[in-house]
Amino acid sequence: MSNYLQESVLLKGLANNDKEAVETIYKDNYNLVQQLVINNNGTEDDARDIFQEALIILYQKAKSDSFELNCQIKTYVYSVSRRLWLKRLQYNKRFETPVDNFSEMVSVEEDLSVHEKMDRQYSIMRGAMGKIGEPCKSLLEAFYVHHKNMQEIASFFGYTNADNAKNQKYKCLMRLKKLFFAQYKNGN
Amino acid sequence: MIDAAERYLRGEMDEQEIAMFEELRKTNPEIDQFVVEHHLFVEEIERYGDLKRFKANMYDVHHSLKETGEIGDVKPKEKGMLVHMWDRYRKVIAVAASIAGLTALLISGLVMMFSPKAPISDIEELKKKVNNLEVSTKSQANVLNDVKKKIEPGTPISFGGTSFLIDGKGYLLTSSHVVSDASQVFVQNNKGQDFRAEIIYNDVKRDLAILKINDQDFKPLINLPYGIRKSASELAEPIFTLGYPKDEIVYGEGYLSAMTGFKGDTMSSQITISANPGNSGGPVLNKNGEVIGMLNARQRTAEGVVFAVKSQHIFRTIDELKRLDSIQNIKMSTSSSIRGMERTQQVKKIEECIYMVKVVMK
Repeated sequence: MSNYLQESVLLKGLANNDKEAVETIYKDNYNLVQQLVINNNGTEDDARDIFQEALIILYQKAKSDSFELNCQIKTYVYSVSRRLWLKRLQYNKRFETPVDNFSEMVSVEEDLSVHEKMDRQYSIMRGAMGKIGEPCKSLLEAFYVHHKNMQEIASFFGYTNADNAKNQKYKCLMRLKKLFFAQYKNGN
Repeated sequence: MIDAAERYLRGEMDEQEIAMFEELRKTNPEIDQFVVEHHLFVEEIERYGDLKRFKANMYDVHHSLKETGEIGDVKPKEKGMLVHMWDRYRKVIAVAASIAGLTALLISGLVMMFSPKAPISDIEELKKKVNNLEVSTKSQANVLNDVKKKIEPGTPISFGGTSFLIDGKGYLLTSSHVVSDASQVFVQNNKGQDFRAEIIYNDVKRDLAILKINDQDFKPLINLPYGIRKSASELAEPIFTLGYPKDEIVYGEGYLSAMTGFKGDTMSSQITISANPGNSGGPVLNKNGEVIGMLNARQRTAEGVVFAVKSQHIFRTIDELKRLDSIQNIKMSTSSSIRGMERTQQVKKIEECIYMVKVVMK
């Protein structure tokens, strides 16, 4: 029971992007995944990519309102990583079934397809962000990524007041929106 | 408008305003559409920001845990598991292996029947006969460079070719026919220094051989300027090569003229370039400084028609070599650091990695 409690605390921490929680999950699970990847034709870099992608999937899951995890974090992270690595192997046309020594596994197909869709949208947004140029990119990132308020942004970017910064932000946002939807509507 | 929509979505409006705005949405479908779209967009950008923060956090954690050594220590493959698997699937494996064996025999038989017969007289392998007098010019170069002679004077050097580094640790790639029948192999760099080398792999079928420099005087390179191209090349792509048809490095330029080699051989491609005996084993590079193949032969009956083993087969050979497990640590880079440079600059970087091969016959 205490184990169960501990896990739910960890997941809550993860959902809040809490450094300690991420660290704990990392420590408990990374080596297992690295072993899987390296024993199956992968490198350390591959292992890092795969593990981080699995962690992102868990993170997004933990954040969603309808979140429930029916197994241990370890089982989930391992199952996702294993599936991701298998996909990568198949993509590289090396059809092999990973040899592993961790027998507990859950089905993760559904979560993966949700993640794939989100990942696509993420890269569309990243592409659009890359195209709008400076200072728009920094300005929007200051607001949406780093959660700075308009006052801070105005002083940082050298606008005379928060209203000016806000105007500029709207202009940038409109441009970003146009770029984003141009891609988004193409892709869907 | 966008301001109103944003305040509405953030829940910053008071009740009266909300009522007004919702009325507006109901009566005006365009505005409604706008709000829906904006809602989606803001959600998307917020998720973007969120994920970006999470990724940054994750990289931090990975980096710091790696530094303290708390992650990343992985033992090599566990034997227990494999033995267990072996016990379980022994019968299946036996059946599969025998089927695979039969299939392999069948296929190799078919391939033997249909593959182009070894080019005998129409095609000329570009290794060169070395006259004894060249040894004297070489010894002169050696004196100039103040290099202790490794090849004893009078050793009959009988054939020469070109080779190039595929791994800075001293692994060279050359043509198999250059080093066939060799009892000893020496390689010489562009400064005239000789090194002892040994043949560690010889693939006669693909005409590829790998040499390893075994010499204390050889200084390993950390990075090679060129990379080996993994994907296929384009027809008409401009190419260049460097090799040793004479005692000094020679540059040649041309283009990729056909995707297949002699009599439709898919393992090699046809290039148009001037090549002479001694060019065998030289790299064929594209304008980005990626190795797309290795020069190996020319057609006797036509002028300027030269063949090169495709770079994909270089990879395949290395893979096979790794399976033989004698050499696990060959790493071939696929990225070229000389992309976009002037050709003269590129050549200056590359020529340090091109070696003349000198063969002492059995």
